[in-house]
Amino acid sequence: MHILRASCVLCWLMLPAMAQAETVYVTNEQDNTVSVIDGKTLSLAATIPVGRRPRGLVLSRDLKKLYVAVGDDNRIDIVDLETRKVAGEISSGSDPEFFALHPDGQRLFIANEDDNQVSVVDLPQNKIIQEIDVGVEPEGVGISPDGRTAVATSETTSMIHLIDTQSLELIDNILVDTRPRVVQFSSDNKQIWVSSELRGTVSVFDAASRELLAKLHFEIPGVPRELVQAVGIQLSRDGSKAYVALGPANRVAEIDAKSFQVLRIYLVGQRVWHIALSPDEKRLYTANGNSSDVSLIDLEQQQTVKSIGVGRSPWGVVVAP
Amino acid sequence: MRILILLPALLCMSPAVAQQNVLSIAVIKQDREEAQPVSPLDDVITDEGLAGARLGLSDTATTGRFTGQRFQLVERRYKAGTDPTEIVRSATQDGIRFIVSLADAPETTAIAKAAEPTDTLVLNAQAPDDSLRNEACRRNLLHTIASRAMIADALAQYLVLKHWKQWFLVVGKGSGDKLLAEALRRSARKFGAEIGTEKEWTFAQGNARADTGHVALQTEIPSFTQVKDYDVLIVADETDEFGDYLDGRTARPRPVAGTQGLKATGWSPVSEQWGATQLQTRFAKQTKRRMTTIDYAAWSAVRAVGEAAIRSGSQDPERISTYMRGPDFLLSGFKGQGQSFRPWDGQMRQPILIAGPRLLVSVSPQPGFLHQRSELDTLGQDKGESRCTY
Repeated sequence: MHILRASCVLCWLMLPAMAQAETVYVTNEQDNTVSVIDGKTLSLAATIPVGRRPRGLVLSRDLKKLYVAVGDDNRIDIVDLETRKVAGEISSGSDPEFFALHPDGQRLFIANEDDNQVSVVDLPQNKIIQEIDVGVEPEGVGISPDGRTAVATSETTSMIHLIDTQSLELIDNILVDTRPRVVQFSSDNKQIWVSSELRGTVSVFDAASRELLAKLHFEIPGVPRELVQAVGIQLSRDGSKAYVALGPANRVAEIDAKSFQVLRIYLVGQRVWHIALSPDEKRLYTANGNSSDVSLIDLEQQQTVKSIGVGRSPWGVVVAP
Repeated sequence: MRILILLPALLCMSPAVAQQNVLSIAVIKQDREEAQPVSPLDDVITDEGLAGARLGLSDTATTGRFTGQRFQLVERRYKAGTDPTEIVRSATQDGIRFIVSLADAPETTAIAKAAEPTDTLVLNAQAPDDSLRNEACRRNLLHTIASRAMIADALAQYLVLKHWKQWFLVVGKGSGDKLLAEALRRSARKFGAEIGTEKEWTFAQGNARADTGHVALQTEIPSFTQVKDYDVLIVADETDEFGDYLDGRTARPRPVAGTQGLKATGWSPVSEQWGATQLQTRFAKQTKRRMTTIDYAAWSAVRAVGEAAIRSGSQDPERISTYMRGPDFLLSGFKGQGQSFRPWDGQMRQPILIAGPRLLVSVSPQPGFLHQRSELDTLGQDKGESRCTY
């Protein structure tokens, strides 16, 4: 009995931090597929064919479906996660790139890159219920956890556009650093974090006053300034940490989200684009466009521990429990 | 006395000034006789540059809508060989302080000179001449079109990276071709390539569309290219007179690069990375043709003025110009890196595409060509070698 117990303690101790039941989904922009990674074995479990140029992807509230924006087909594919097949589609407006699911689980807010619009889709009706004019080349979309505000970035206009999710009207437009990409609300709804690809910065705004609270810069010895570009952002639920993908610098920055200090920089694959935290927030998965792989950062060990080959030009990544 | 005072007041009531809060940008285009393109796939273009400027304006106006700033484009054309001074004078009298110039080097200088007394900023979107960035540089003249030195350096970096270091240089008869050849010789020295043979293309320009045009070329080109062995034939033919005939007809089975074949260029319709697809789509939708390098330079020029006006939150020409030349200015030009103006010669630093006829091959600066400030400054005349003194 003792031995059994001891061995069990041992097995708990020896259990690598990475052996989890989670599943990772990655869109491959050039392959027209979604790669499925088994979080336990950290290997490729399946490849799901979807429409053309898949980029943004979001899990449904019940975690049974995966919505995938397939820009070249001007729609969003619905992947049934049990059969791992495309089981339906959503009309999204022209060239959807990135989108967000409203916390009510009923509505998608979609950036239509070619049309300078954000489309709002009602999922039960499978219908666009509103189109909101924003700046040139809308890209990132974020929604506050309380569901009240949606934010879209426009790359060429270099703004974030705040949208009231009830009236579906623009509330405010804020000029931000050049070529804004990803926008995310903090879990307490109080801050808006937005990355600038070409300036290589992340700006943090107070969501209520729209005041700039901090601007993060990333300096990496030996990497030319122009190649340090900020793209994907992930904020931890407890508001203590932020992670930022630095694009062609092939690095991910870990940031103290309270003091806005860069704590450390992780080397990952090439042209890291979007990133996703595991449900327990102990691991970070990164989609690396130019090396066609996913890097796994063990945040407890504070190092990049594995690279998993996926399809060509991985772009977006989400993790399901 | 009263009349005297009234008169200048009336003069100032011209439309551009009368409209408060509208920032006017003039585009002045030198018309030239458009040559029939060599390839049947290419169109004759009559609005080159203007179309790019128009798209630059609509991209800028969208942002202006949110910041409460308004922009307008004033288009002026003049015949090649005539003096653009009067057009510039009337534009500046209308209160215009930003001019996008679509002209060859001598006319660009004339435009900048005529704009000087009113502190009007001229953005050169057509003339690649290195002299305009050196001896003939002017304080009120910026360049969004890449210089010949930048184009030549970008090509040289890629070819050296490929270890294609033995060059056979073929130069056209045009004065631009000779200047490009000079830039290529400089790049070969700078990056360690060797021009083993150099020849001038002296054949008369025939009509390629004649039914048997290819027969003459098939005998002329092999004998013309029978030279000692080389890695790559570099052609300097800026007006597209003959360069497209070379590939597939040379005596030796060697690639063609330069102004045709593998082309070093500020912009190309084949570019789709770094969000370029969106720019190409917007342009094609608006203009019903493909975006050229000059269109791109004119788009960049208008966008640069717009970006500086929006970032500085001002309609004041002086503040806009200062911001544009300053260290904070950054233009997103769909080539993967932010673009800004070099303080020593007014040239916009930018990546240069290495484009194949149908797809993008590479982009310079190439990895490994390092620089103490910006790797983009490995292309063209760097601070220390510039002969520009304002």
